[in-house]
Amino acid sequence: MIDFLKLRRIQGKQYIEDDRKQILSKSFRGFPLIGTLKCPEGCSECVKVCEASAVTGGICSIDLGKCTLCGDCSFVCPQNKIVFSNGHHLATDSREKLIITEGSTYENWEAEAVKVRNEIKNVFGRSFKLRSVSAGGCNGCELEFNACSNVNFDMGRFGIEFVASPRHADAVVISGPLSENMAFALEETYNAIPEPKFIIAAGACAISGGIFAEGTLDRSFFDNHKVDLYIPGCPVHPLTFVNALLDFTRGKQD
Amino acid sequence: MTQPFYKMKNCESADIGNINENSIEDFFANAVSMLKDDLRPVHFFAVPFKEEKKLLMIFADDKNNDLSVIMSKPVPGNLRWDSLTAGFSCMNMLEREIHEDEGFVPVNHPWLKPVRNTDDYQFFKIDGKDVHEVGVGPVHAGVIEPGHFRFNCAGEKVLHLEISLGYQKRGVEKLMLRHSEKFGFNNIHQLAESIAGDTVAGHTWAWAAVTESLSDTKISQEAQIIRFLALEMERAAMHAADLGALANDVAYLPGNSVYGANRTLIINSMLEICGSRFTRGLIRSGGVRFGITKEKAKKIVETIYQAKYNMDACAKVMFSSASVLHRFESTGIVTKEQAKAIGMTGMTARASGLQNDVRISHPLRGTEDFKSGHFVFESGDVMARAMIRDCELSDSLFKCSEILRNYNLEKPDCSPVNELKKNSISISMVEGWRGEISHCAITDETGRLIRYKIKDPSLNNWFGLALAVRNNGISDFPLCNKSFNLSYCGNDL
Repeated sequence: MIDFLKLRRIQGKQYIEDDRKQILSKSFRGFPLIGTLKCPEGCSECVKVCEASAVTGGICSIDLGKCTLCGDCSFVCPQNKIVFSNGHHLATDSREKLIITEGSTYENWEAEAVKVRNEIKNVFGRSFKLRSVSAGGCNGCELEFNACSNVNFDMGRFGIEFVASPRHADAVVISGPLSENMAFALEETYNAIPEPKFIIAAGACAISGGIFAEGTLDRSFFDNHKVDLYIPGCPVHPLTFVNALLDFTRGKQD
Repeated sequence: MTQPFYKMKNCESADIGNINENSIEDFFANAVSMLKDDLRPVHFFAVPFKEEKKLLMIFADDKNNDLSVIMSKPVPGNLRWDSLTAGFSCMNMLEREIHEDEGFVPVNHPWLKPVRNTDDYQFFKIDGKDVHEVGVGPVHAGVIEPGHFRFNCAGEKVLHLEISLGYQKRGVEKLMLRHSEKFGFNNIHQLAESIAGDTVAGHTWAWAAVTESLSDTKISQEAQIIRFLALEMERAAMHAADLGALANDVAYLPGNSVYGANRTLIINSMLEICGSRFTRGLIRSGGVRFGITKEKAKKIVETIYQAKYNMDACAKVMFSSASVLHRFESTGIVTKEQAKAIGMTGMTARASGLQNDVRISHPLRGTEDFKSGHFVFESGDVMARAMIRDCELSDSLFKCSEILRNYNLEKPDCSPVNELKKNSISISMVEGWRGEISHCAITDETGRLIRYKIKDPSLNNWFGLALAVRNNGISDFPLCNKSFNLSYCGNDL
């Protein structure tokens, strides 16, 4: 009993007090800042090293929907034009916004990234239940989703949690590149969620196929259904995930 | 007389021409004699040399620290042989895999079911009006990867569990070839990192070691040590996560929260080193991309000490709690004989009394000095698998802190990688936190990669889970499953 109480004391308070204002370590590779310097004639080093085909040369841009945030492009750039900042609010409500162009600043970009809709805020602002489907995911994103519910990030306090049945869910969170063999199960799970329902694509794999884009995938699900929230990362950092959902259901301020 | 097999060491390369070609009869006769000699089969696959395919089987000899490779002459497309599985259960997965990949037929295989193919499979049925079936998945109640479990139960008791996987199949082995063509074999670290997102350091190191031995690239001692550090941090973090999940499964919530919080400390230290909580971006072919400054090392050592202190305190309380012991002890037993017969590997095999650790039997160059605490438990139950995690967790954290205190790892060190050697084979084995990860690459006469084979320890161990739940209550399945915590995507690739 005494050992148990000691343990309780060691543990103390572990939760992050303000998930929204938390700043990640400088080592974290988050939002890419692309300078406006002109690239040297004929240089395409950043494009050549990008295994995820996320970088476009010429007038440089990075597609966060494909980017695994590995930072290889910034390592090879002769002019240090690409720098990965520690900005971790990366989610957007449209695929187009995920493409980061030269001169974008984190603050300006982030302010516009997810627009809250009042009808969502009114209904889901205090309670938002998720059903996770891993469709070919490598278990990286899945581990991070689990971490969102642990004592540190504790997203349950915002009324957001993963539930066991799609019948209890408001949204499906898709991770992984959508393997062929999961196509049917994903469709069935989505169908089992009652209306109104949302689709959240989390991680580079889910958003674009990512590193597995040329693998044995069946991404027809996304041809038939519209994604409501894109959360980039490889894997998605828990704070990226929690903030994305808060932005989506409550807006930036609340 | 030339030897029928070729002996090589872990992370070495060899000229394919030096490997003797056996006739098909001799190939299987030799395989049988090696299995009888107690060598562990690691790989069994076909290699396409131009129009022809040759079989390749690789055995690990843990006593003599080497690997034996046997190769066949070109085989016909409709190849059939007398299945080895009937005599040696450890060949089960390997024969099923080659059957599915190449269409070859191991005749009289006791159970030639699909490995990664999910459609139209008739599950094993048990007759009798008292037997009922329970099907779970592919989408599970928790946040985990997909897989289907089919239980045959009599009342609460599980008579048989059938595990059907393949939902995660992304075609990684083929993608390795395709990405190599596009980016070069030594630049496909992102794909290697995504083979299994919970074993990033293990798989990426196995891949990097293959690229380096195939190109005769020497890498620095410091880089090897940083890789070893990443591997051990990953082990500690995943063991902590599993202990937390095990505690959660038996409703022991203090365990869940303490292990959860301290796992965060470990993986956040990893983020300090390489910018990712899962060691992504660290290991590259030729070395590592980040060094560790003195200040960072000092900070991480302090964090590790703190995490170790907290988790040791938690283990002390948890492993003396009656409610935990009652659920852990004698649940989900895999006996030593069973584990050996089906070729289990890694931590779960050590929990069943097998001496099976690549860090000891096939150490990677530059890491021989770091003696791993070799923990072996005999009981083979959930308790043993939990205890072994606790021991290895402490041991790994201790090793990490020693490394960070005693070595100067400030400089990131990545040597340029040479061209791939022609007509060569290289095999690497790394002890990931689950067990033995092995990668094998083969090049043709132009130095182009023609076959890449990956084996995750999960392929060996899934059947162990099926054996563990036999004659247990079905409500203990989540606990048994967590105590193994096998990879779905490592199996499905």
